[in-house]
Amino acid sequence: MQTQALSGGFADPARDAAHAFRACLQAMARPGRGQPIPGATPPAPLSPAAGAVLLTLVDDTTPLFLAPGLDTPALRGWIAFHLAAPICAPEEAVFALGAWADLPLDRFRLGTPDYPDRSVTLIVEIDSLSPVTARLRGPGIATHQDARLPAIAPFVANRARYPLGFDCYFCAEESLSALPRSTFVEAL
Amino acid sequence: MSEGYSFAYLDAATKRMIRRALLKALAIPGYQVPFASREMPMPYGWGTGGVQVTAACLIPEDVLKVIDQGADDTTNAVSIRRFFERTAGVATTTHTQDATLIQTRHRIPEAALTEAQILVFQVPIPEPLRFLEPREAETRRMHALADYGLMHVKLYEDIARHGAIATSYAYPVLVEGRHVMDPSPIPKFDNPKLGDCPAIQLFGAGRECRIHALPPYTRVVSLDFEDHPFEATKAEAACDLCGAETSYLDEVITDDAGGRMFCCSDTDFCAGRRAAGHLGRLSEGAA
Ligand SMILES: [Zn+2]
Repeated sequence: MQTQALSGGFADPARDAAHAFRACLQAMARPGRGQPIPGATPPAPLSPAAGAVLLTLVDDTTPLFLAPGLDTPALRGWIAFHLAAPICAPEEAVFALGAWADLPLDRFRLGTPDYPDRSVTLIVEIDSLSPVTARLRGPGIATHQDARLPAIAPFVANRARYPLGFDCYFCAEESLSALPRSTFVEAL
Repeated sequence: MSEGYSFAYLDAATKRMIRRALLKALAIPGYQVPFASREMPMPYGWGTGGVQVTAACLIPEDVLKVIDQGADDTTNAVSIRRFFERTAGVATTTHTQDATLIQTRHRIPEAALTEAQILVFQVPIPEPLRFLEPREAETRRMHALADYGLMHVKLYEDIARHGAIATSYAYPVLVEGRHVMDPSPIPKFDNPKLGDCPAIQLFGAGRECRIHALPPYTRVVSLDFEDHPFEATKAEAACDLCGAETSYLDEVITDDAGGRMFCCSDTDFCAGRRAAGHLGRLSEGAA
């Protein structure tokens, strides 16, 4: 377990993080469009995509909520070694990591009217980015974009609070897509 | 590439902080995200905000273009381009079409941008309401309430005084019907290019420690009034070097006797037209 905690980071940290960030940037700028994000090999069951997002964005200044299904000694060890992020309650989380069903949506920070950016970013593990279940419209989308979402109603409610709200990454194997609070969502 | 620097100058913790701010900026188009701006090896006013955003976004495969008021060859543009050649080892270009990331001061290129490009703006004052209200807490509250009445009053006073809206640079825009945003001191001629753009547009203000962004295809509307609609104006002339009639023009004094000429502010656009055989009033061989 000790060696597993030490391995699985980026081989070339500055350049691998630059590539991973560009995938995160493209994903957040173009909601629902899948982006490849290779380079990380975190302990199972965490996906390489979620590992890469963590390595790129999370550190000792960003408290992380770890959902019950992922709260294993191996993953805690890997997070402590590579990110040094404090593990926290949902109310304090800057990032939250887990399967959709394990994330307590009503407990996360959604930002304040003066600072809507002070809100949680959810890193959601899903089994696949396809088949599509939802039609997306809004900033970043020319007409509409179809995507797989783990639910519909919570994202409709999230948009209704705009500019407050949470922003999401969906991670499956070595790919991710994003859904910012600005996106209008309807079921297909 | 220089030893002793991490890729693209900034340390890993600073890059993560700027990257987090950029992602929140994309999630709330037009809203100004505070970030902890770092000292850069160049003075404020030289685009330290844009440089930090570029440094946080670059990948080794990027082809970088840097323009200063449309020109690739000013001291400022050349020094930023060299900085990233040295610290990130990226290729550079002056051709808009060949660039994957373009850092700009005060212009949007004439050539249509694509989905494969990122445009990074250098921003001096990111707060569009600052000249109306100096207190940060108050402007933040006005954005929170979408209370933009003062801005409309200011623009309408322009009309009463000048017969038209006098603002010709940094002309304010409404983003996705929610946030009023300063597009940086681009000429209002460029404002229509902000909306429905296939490229990602990122704005960095170094001294003011703010980042804002426009995702692709965002709805961006220049503020105006029904009886005084927005107009993307330029000098009513053609480029004297390439004959272009639709590009944004700079007026250049050519001699002490008051001689003057107009030329494209976008030097790459102008050179491309001349290379393709287009002539202007002052071109060699022009009638
Ligand atoms: Zn010209």
